[in-house]
Amino acid sequence: MSGRSSPSGGSLAPYLQVAPLAFLMITMVGIPLLTVVLLSFWEFDGIAVYPAFTWANYKEVLSSPVTLSLFLSTLKYALMTLIATTVVGFTCSYFLVFHVRDLRVQIALFLLCTIPFWTSNVIRMVSWIPFLGREGLFNSLLMQAGIIDQPLDILLYSDFAVVLTYIHLFTLFMIVPIFNSMAKINPNLIEAARDAGASGWQILWGVIVPLSKTGIALGSIFVVTLVMGDFFVVRVMSGGQSASVVSAMKNNIDQLYYPVASAMAVLLIIVVLLMVTAILRVVDIRSELAR
Amino acid sequence: MTRPTSPTKTRAGVTRRQLLQGSAAVAGAGVGSGILGAPMIWAQNIKDVTLTQVGPSYSVIADICEKASADLGFKIVPQTAETTQLMAKVVNQPETVDIADFEFWGLQKVYRAGNLQPVDISKIKLWGEMTPLMRDGKNFDGADLSRQGTLPFEVLYTDSAESTAFATGATDLATVMPTIYNADTLGIRPDLTGREITSWAELFNPEFKGKTALVNIPSIGIMDAAMALEARGDLTYGDKGNMTKEEIDKTIDALIALKKDGQFRAFWSTFDESVNLMAAGEVVIQSMWSPAVTAVKSRGINCVYQGLSQGYRGWGLGMGLMRHLEGIKLEAAYEYLNWYLTGWQGAFIARQGYYSSVPTTAMADLSENERGYWYEGKPATEDIMDPYGNIMDKAGASRDGGSFEQRMGNIACWNAVMDEDRYMIQRWNEFIAS
Repeated sequence: MSGRSSPSGGSLAPYLQVAPLAFLMITMVGIPLLTVVLLSFWEFDGIAVYPAFTWANYKEVLSSPVTLSLFLSTLKYALMTLIATTVVGFTCSYFLVFHVRDLRVQIALFLLCTIPFWTSNVIRMVSWIPFLGREGLFNSLLMQAGIIDQPLDILLYSDFAVVLTYIHLFTLFMIVPIFNSMAKINPNLIEAARDAGASGWQILWGVIVPLSKTGIALGSIFVVTLVMGDFFVVRVMSGGQSASVVSAMKNNIDQLYYPVASAMAVLLIIVVLLMVTAILRVVDIRSELAR
Repeated sequence: MTRPTSPTKTRAGVTRRQLLQGSAAVAGAGVGSGILGAPMIWAQNIKDVTLTQVGPSYSVIADICEKASADLGFKIVPQTAETTQLMAKVVNQPETVDIADFEFWGLQKVYRAGNLQPVDISKIKLWGEMTPLMRDGKNFDGADLSRQGTLPFEVLYTDSAESTAFATGATDLATVMPTIYNADTLGIRPDLTGREITSWAELFNPEFKGKTALVNIPSIGIMDAAMALEARGDLTYGDKGNMTKEEIDKTIDALIALKKDGQFRAFWSTFDESVNLMAAGEVVIQSMWSPAVTAVKSRGINCVYQGLSQGYRGWGLGMGLMRHLEGIKLEAAYEYLNWYLTGWQGAFIARQGYYSSVPTTAMADLSENERGYWYEGKPATEDIMDPYGNIMDKAGASRDGGSFEQRMGNIACWNAVMDEDRYMIQRWNEFIAS
């Protein structure tokens, strides 16, 4: 894209082209974000906020041991989800790209992956509850089969349930970019590797994984940001037993403690930005995409 | 009050729309003049008034607003918002609300924002009939009610229209008009507990490890926890509704230890979550609201709202008039407030287990069987229906805790906001995250 001169030649055209998105981003993202940052430095007395500069909100957030444990537990969820979705996303895409020869079948199967997305997030999440519950389908199945004689409590209202739901909800965000970068791999490369005597594993590690890096990185960004910003899944699937950064924010918002919630939001933005930067450091998405 | 314009004049114009609205206005006037002794005011315009009533789902109910709109001739639009959202709306977007249904603890928190105008008590016809629990802060026998937490009386009156503080005693101006209230306790599944439950301490009994739940609304959850800890003899509080920092620390530390031991199955935030936890057998004893118990029972599952020896946790709601209401809209709002106390609404909410601030009219609107069951503690003579016509209790059953006087007379503490609220929320977050 870069380096090429605009075909229309007008110097105004590129600005007009970005104008709609720029307008949306500034009004819908930029201004609210600025408000949040401002609010996090303002004083408040329990209900009303005063535009007077203070560090108190940050002091409260940073000095509380809860903040660290909240971030750690949210990071834990993000990491577990990331690993699981990468494995599932990679194997799924691998199957679709390298095992399914017929393009039509490939597309049909790919569309199949999106079927769960035809209903809302909330429905998909909540439908796990009757399935995993103490008197739920899965437990009664296991009990009838004689595998267990006490229902397994860990299935629902636990970290397991939370991560399972995340995986269910977010795997597609991993499949799509990985599928996309795998589909771009020139089959000749694989043949060349094979001709040069590489084993199946060597092809996988030496050719396919490096060339799918962009997809994995993009997918990781999606998954990490989605998990870091979630509070609903954690609340419902852990039965309120676990908290995330955003759920603590919500508790503050409910009590009208906006500045404290804002300070936490700013902190979360910084952490997520750092994570995304780290991912981009490992994989240069720009150059890979332009390939 | 009396206006020269007669309501019947609306019938002079004969377009269909006017006729319909006119007859509605006349019906409203019937209520107005017949029951309340006040003729309809400004009838020509009042039918164009629309009032937005905002409040929690168990108080702002579409059926009630529809009935009121039909009776009064102007439109009342229900909008549900839990107390936390309502507080935010009233403080930040007061113009989006006309009538706010406040829980007293929410009122305590945001009245000083100055966005409500006081209710002129002289315009509320049945104020004199109101239960002393709300109006005077007195028990049925004239004794003082428990002042742990936010006793409604403490936040019910204000000194002047401009004041944003509460008056220490009764005045002619009310911050809100009390509407519904109840005595809350724990819900249990008697078929799964297997024995009688008589104490709050059972919530933290290791016997029910992994089968209990607490409400995840910090200010209420901590009080249920305090009731249980006090019943166990672990802690004693000066005021459970207004703990000191030290009391908060001890309570949260005890809760964290219990959580680590696996005492809790869940912490619920919404009504339906509490219903599902109970109905699915995930928990056998938990914090619960009365209509949630009704909802579980309506599914044919044995669930009891168990009266306990240490008493109840009380709460109540009142209707507040927003500051921006004036002229005909304000008059309409007063009409609605007056309608609210005439019985239909009281009977409706009685069927989901709540009491009306004017019990006499509500009781008159219930059938003898319902009155006996809901208010008088008598066994039902025939099946008891919930407000939507589902059977929720069988003939022969009687209400937990007995009569209105026995239940409301036995309140140990009221839902409240603590002075150390901010610290408490911070520690509660720590408990949930632990």
